[in-house]
Amino acid sequence: MRTICFVVATIALVASGGFAFAEDGIDPTAVKSEDGKYLDKEGNPTFKVAPDGTVDWYTYSGYRRYHSECHVCHGPDAEGSTFAPPLKNSIKTMSYGEFLEVVASGRKNVSTSQENVMPAFGANPNVACYMDDLYVYLRARAYDAVGRGRPAKHEDKPPAARQAEDSCMGKR
Amino acid sequence: MRKMLFATCLGAMAAFGAGAANANDELNKMSQNPKDWVMPTGDYANTRYSKLNQITAANVGKLQVAWTFSTGVLRGHEGGPLILGNMMYVHTPFPNKVYALDLSNEGKIVWLYEPKQDPNVIPVMCCDTVNRGVSYADGKIFLHQADTTLVALDAKTGKVIWSVKNGDPKKGESGTSSPMIFKDKVIVGISGGEFGVRGSVTAYNMKDGKLVWRGYSMGPDSDTLLDPVKTTHLGKPVGKDSGIDTWQGEQWKIGGGPTWGWYSYDPELNLMYYGSGNPSTWNPKQRPGDNRWSMTIFARDVDTGMARWVYQMTPHDEWDYDGVNEMILTDQQINGAPRKLLTHFDRNGLGYTLDRVTGELLVAEKYDPKVNWTSGVDMNKTSPTYGRPKVVDQYSTEKGGEDVNVKGICPAALGTKDEQPAAYSPDTQLFYVPTNHVCMDYEPFKVSYSAGQPYVGATLSMFPPPGETHMGNFIAWDNKTGKIVWSNKEQFSVWSGALATAGGVVFYGTLEGYLKAVDAKTGKELYKFKTPSGIIGNVTTYEQGGRQYVAVLSGVGGWAGIGLAAGLLTPEGAAEWQGAAGRAAAGRALESAARNVDTAGLGAVGGYAALSNYTALGGTLTVFALPQ
Repeated sequence: MRTICFVVATIALVASGGFAFAEDGIDPTAVKSEDGKYLDKEGNPTFKVAPDGTVDWYTYSGYRRYHSECHVCHGPDAEGSTFAPPLKNSIKTMSYGEFLEVVASGRKNVSTSQENVMPAFGANPNVACYMDDLYVYLRARAYDAVGRGRPAKHEDKPPAARQAEDSCMGKR
Repeated sequence: MRKMLFATCLGAMAAFGAGAANANDELNKMSQNPKDWVMPTGDYANTRYSKLNQITAANVGKLQVAWTFSTGVLRGHEGGPLILGNMMYVHTPFPNKVYALDLSNEGKIVWLYEPKQDPNVIPVMCCDTVNRGVSYADGKIFLHQADTTLVALDAKTGKVIWSVKNGDPKKGESGTSSPMIFKDKVIVGISGGEFGVRGSVTAYNMKDGKLVWRGYSMGPDSDTLLDPVKTTHLGKPVGKDSGIDTWQGEQWKIGGGPTWGWYSYDPELNLMYYGSGNPSTWNPKQRPGDNRWSMTIFARDVDTGMARWVYQMTPHDEWDYDGVNEMILTDQQINGAPRKLLTHFDRNGLGYTLDRVTGELLVAEKYDPKVNWTSGVDMNKTSPTYGRPKVVDQYSTEKGGEDVNVKGICPAALGTKDEQPAAYSPDTQLFYVPTNHVCMDYEPFKVSYSAGQPYVGATLSMFPPPGETHMGNFIAWDNKTGKIVWSNKEQFSVWSGALATAGGVVFYGTLEGYLKAVDAKTGKELYKFKTPSGIIGNVTTYEQGGRQYVAVLSGVGGWAGIGLAAGLLTPEGAAEWQGAAGRAAAGRALESAARNVDTAGLGAVGGYAALSNYTALGGTLTVFALPQ
């Protein structure tokens, strides 16, 4: 089933972006853009924040989707709650693939003092259609590239994002 | 003057008892004995008032911890224990354990009930795995489990006598509310307003668990148990299928209106009172119409379930202002005439006083001056909008539309008050109300429904009101005039049920974990003690062996724990927001807005601090008494 792999933490400074990249060891710096979606050098979706604070569309969209679907358990701004862990930390020990798997299939974490259960969101289009948006937003939070609250400025919604959304959500 | 009113009130209470001679006499009689606390709400009227007076305003400062009990569960602990003679019954959040403790034998555990439940129900419980307590009647303890199983336990042994399934967690239905026993029936509601459930209240036969009636919040008359002619809304018949015709197509089938609050009962009128919650989804654009009967006060006949009257407080909700909070029943004089009243502090920030016989609206006033989404309720009986709140366009998320972030709405979706019940003292004729003092931005957007999955459809962020650094108040309220008599600031939302006592002391808990005692007349703080975890439970009192005790569950969590654990926005973020709110305020000078920003920044250090800096998860009952 799911294998959650906790990679040993390696803290290093990225010369270009200045990010102290976290336990997953993958530099989140955007190296290219495909139809308005930014990718790191491994090809994983990532955030892009301009010097004036303008965020890429996916970070902004992820903020909105997070605060509709995820915050009721994981707290505002991915900061965690009494009920569920802070995702801005959890994301640091997860690869993109693992993130997709956990969101799609859920996870159980049962101990003597707690029973944490995350449901499977794979069949929920409000989540499943926005996996990259959520991943990009959480990654941006993990690196403090965006602060708490709503990003003030964002790039326009790319036509590709609109098309993907419409087909995924089953709109005409 | 006050003495006279008190005398009238006592007379009315005696009549209350007499009318119930053929109802569930045992329980009603037991609730008159102040030494016990026999139902979650203290009494049928939901006053949470105790006649015990050993602990007074003069001596409460000497209060000490008498004993403590760990529940073994680390989750939000709502509700409180029952006390019947020498027995105390303590419940927990999921997995919903029930402990029977012998108070005459150093609190020895007589029995423990722990149901086996599929943990997959946990994620469909929107805001923590809370449970609001057990009920007693007929030698049985009734528990409403997270998975919606209603179970009757032998009060002596904890053995299961009967059990029924009230809902389906696979559809997002869950159980958090406390069952209430009216006459020979166990009344139980359902949670799941964030999952597109259709709310209902169900009456089961106390003896064997057989379903007697079920009244839905929306749907055809045969489902809602509304009579087109006899059931009234603001004095007028509701008409045929009123639970369908303010919805588009078949949206009512996933219409929300959950029923997880507290229920009250007037044995003389044979009516039970409760409120229904938010319509699903939180995106108002997706469900045009008034969405009846979400956000509604129901008065139902306990025998048949038929509704005598209804009142929809927030037609076409745009902010998630569930109407589930308790209905407190009192007999008071208004303009020299005795009235049977119902007082309700709604999530929408309005305190309502109604005639509980007819459903006539008497008072609707803001119980937090910061409430801004409405300019008030139309009280003109001849007006076409009689009884409706006038919505301020600036704060209308319907007017704003999908994908528009409407800023600075007060209160936040948490409401000016959530489920944490208020108390009423007949001595002062005041209501003691735990409140939230939080505002929000709200952006609705389109969502699609899939069974058992969240069906929310709005992005929220919450803040203290502009220029304020505290997020809660504990207030005293006059329900006859609709005015705040005194108000105590609290750093965090007050999410604990209040207790009023004949000793002139009012008790409540705070999210940091303090149990506080205040003077009922003035609100002056007389005592506080920090319990092991934040308090979202309700304060209870009882007498055992000639000593008055005060008991409260601590265990931070619930929606409060989710919303406030990490604190609200950072000072910088809040200052930015408050600047926007200040600029938007009609007629306010620019320099005033600038000043607001400054104040927000300066005051932020204490006010926006995270709850997690003050308390951690827990699950403890703390019991207080005066030193011997």
